[in-house]
Amino acid sequence: MAQRPLLKIMQDIVLLEAVHKVYKMGEVAVTALNGISLTVKKGEFVAIMGASGSGKSTLMNILGCLDSPSQGKYYLEGIEVSNFSKNELAEIRNRKLGFVFQNFNLLSRTTVLENIELPLIYGKQLSKPDTDRVHQIIRTLGLEEYQKHYPNQLSGGQQQRVAIARAIANNPTLLLADEPTGNLDSVTSTEVMKVLCDLNCNVGITILLVTHENDIARYARRVIILKDGKVLSDTPSKSSTIPASQALCETTS
Amino acid sequence: MPTLFKIALRAIMRNKLRSSLTILGIVIGVGAVIAMVSIGQGAKSMVEKQLESIGTNVLLIIPVSTTHTVTSARGMTAGFATLTIEDAMAIEKECRAVNHVSASVRTTTQVVYGNQNWTTYVSGVGPDYQIIRNWPLESGRFINQRDVNIMAKVCVLGQTVVANLFGTLDPIDKWIRVKNVPFKVIGVMNTKGESPMGQDQDDVVLMPYTTVQRKIMGVTYLGIIFASSVSADTRFEAIEQITALLRQRHRLRPHEENDFTVISQVEFASTIMETSRTMTFLLGSIASVSLIVGGIGIMNIMLVSTTERTREIGIRMAVGAKEKDILFQFLTEATVLSSIGGLVGIIFGIVLSKLVSSFGGWPALLSPPAIAIAFLFSNMVGIFFGYYPARKASRLNPIVALRYE
Repeated sequence: MAQRPLLKIMQDIVLLEAVHKVYKMGEVAVTALNGISLTVKKGEFVAIMGASGSGKSTLMNILGCLDSPSQGKYYLEGIEVSNFSKNELAEIRNRKLGFVFQNFNLLSRTTVLENIELPLIYGKQLSKPDTDRVHQIIRTLGLEEYQKHYPNQLSGGQQQRVAIARAIANNPTLLLADEPTGNLDSVTSTEVMKVLCDLNCNVGITILLVTHENDIARYARRVIILKDGKVLSDTPSKSSTIPASQALCETTS
Repeated sequence: MPTLFKIALRAIMRNKLRSSLTILGIVIGVGAVIAMVSIGQGAKSMVEKQLESIGTNVLLIIPVSTTHTVTSARGMTAGFATLTIEDAMAIEKECRAVNHVSASVRTTTQVVYGNQNWTTYVSGVGPDYQIIRNWPLESGRFINQRDVNIMAKVCVLGQTVVANLFGTLDPIDKWIRVKNVPFKVIGVMNTKGESPMGQDQDDVVLMPYTTVQRKIMGVTYLGIIFASSVSADTRFEAIEQITALLRQRHRLRPHEENDFTVISQVEFASTIMETSRTMTFLLGSIASVSLIVGGIGIMNIMLVSTTERTREIGIRMAVGAKEKDILFQFLTEATVLSSIGGLVGIIFGIVLSKLVSSFGGWPALLSPPAIAIAFLFSNMVGIFFGYYPARKASRLNPIVALRYE
């Protein structure tokens, strides 16, 4: 397994090899991930599902470089990040990853524009092309008139769009969305999912989505179901009719 | 770095009341240090000026024992009458370490010129008094030996007396009256200023000591003998010689205490100066304690603030803030807080010094090094007390921080 061809590794955005995560809670060791291996290729839109306690949050944290596996290897764009230091992980998060959270996680007393620019501040790269790209993103997500607003002046859907804008401001290789519609009503959820699908289809951003709603998972083209820290199933999206994502892609492109 | 500064400034502006209360400790600390040091410096410069005004190598011989405080009426009289003109002459003749001697006697009385009157000190002195006190004339001449010998009815005025009796008139060759006796003004002294004890040394009428003894007071004893040592180094030698001579002249037995005291004014002034220096240091130290208390206030608020903003820290970490970015952000915030406190404190300290000097009649001398040190110290307090909360914030686990409610 360690002898995979280098080219193969390079093509994969994410490559997990027998990843384990064990938390020590006093005397008791809790196994959250029990040997997960998976690959995500460039441009994929993957939904990760599972009951609570199945390990999807832990998997998300490891994929998001917020945590390191206890055992096993994690390659992100061919770079082994599983034994990176905290600072190196921070840099990887800054350059290669974007996060969208269930509760938006925007800085409350900071304007929309500054929230979106936040990853660029820590990347020390607020150059002209970057600000241009930020403005492009703001236009794409229809946030022009809210640039000077504060997050609490916006609706939930608008806030989540700001969060998405922030997540893609640094042009990440992988976008991680953790229950992005969990706090939204169904209409706004559709709206947000449409934005994500659009980014996946038209911009080519690789998206990993954690959800426990089948309706939301249907937007993805591949669904991974976890159980007890292991992959239970890994199948193409089983939509009754045409996959919702494809339908969206066709209408927007 | 400018971005971090902006973030810190915004965080401070976000909660203005809390920020102003936080910096209050620093404001008071810096202000107190500056005010205390400038008051102390003012006192020191005042004493220094007075030290200059005393005159070189001045020794005072007073007819009171310092080891044995005279309390009884008999003791007072006995004490007062111990110094004589002969004592003064003997000191001049026999003490080799002494080069100038002036007998002196002093009383308080009213002096009159025309319809103006003024209550002042009438001080009887000898010709050497001017040299001993290192006190130049403004105009006219000083008392000479002949004036002393013939008990001349002449006088030399201090500036305060001139101002009160003559105003803008030239007092030379005018006649003033003391106890209905007319005295001719032969000279006017230059301004001398305050003594270390806070007396106005210019509020005086100088006359030959013989004149004051006979024509005004009707006594034969002396109130004080002024002497000067040959040099500053021979001061102690002079004191020993005078003491030995006077003990012999007063026929004191070895077990008897001195019925006089020889005081070196320089030592006296140095003591005051030492005291004021100690006071400055002490006041400054007490004031610095409040700076440290202010620093603890900053630490307290920064700890509350980092806890409150745990989720913000988590968000920043998620988008790529490194440990050092978070550390710098909170350290900058603490330092900016303490710097603002320091700047406001400088203004507060200057105002406080001015207030104390104008209401307390106490000179305040602003000391730029003290201001600089207080400001630097306030910054250091910010860094020192801001470091722990900042480090605590930077070590947060992003996963835990993001989930913090």
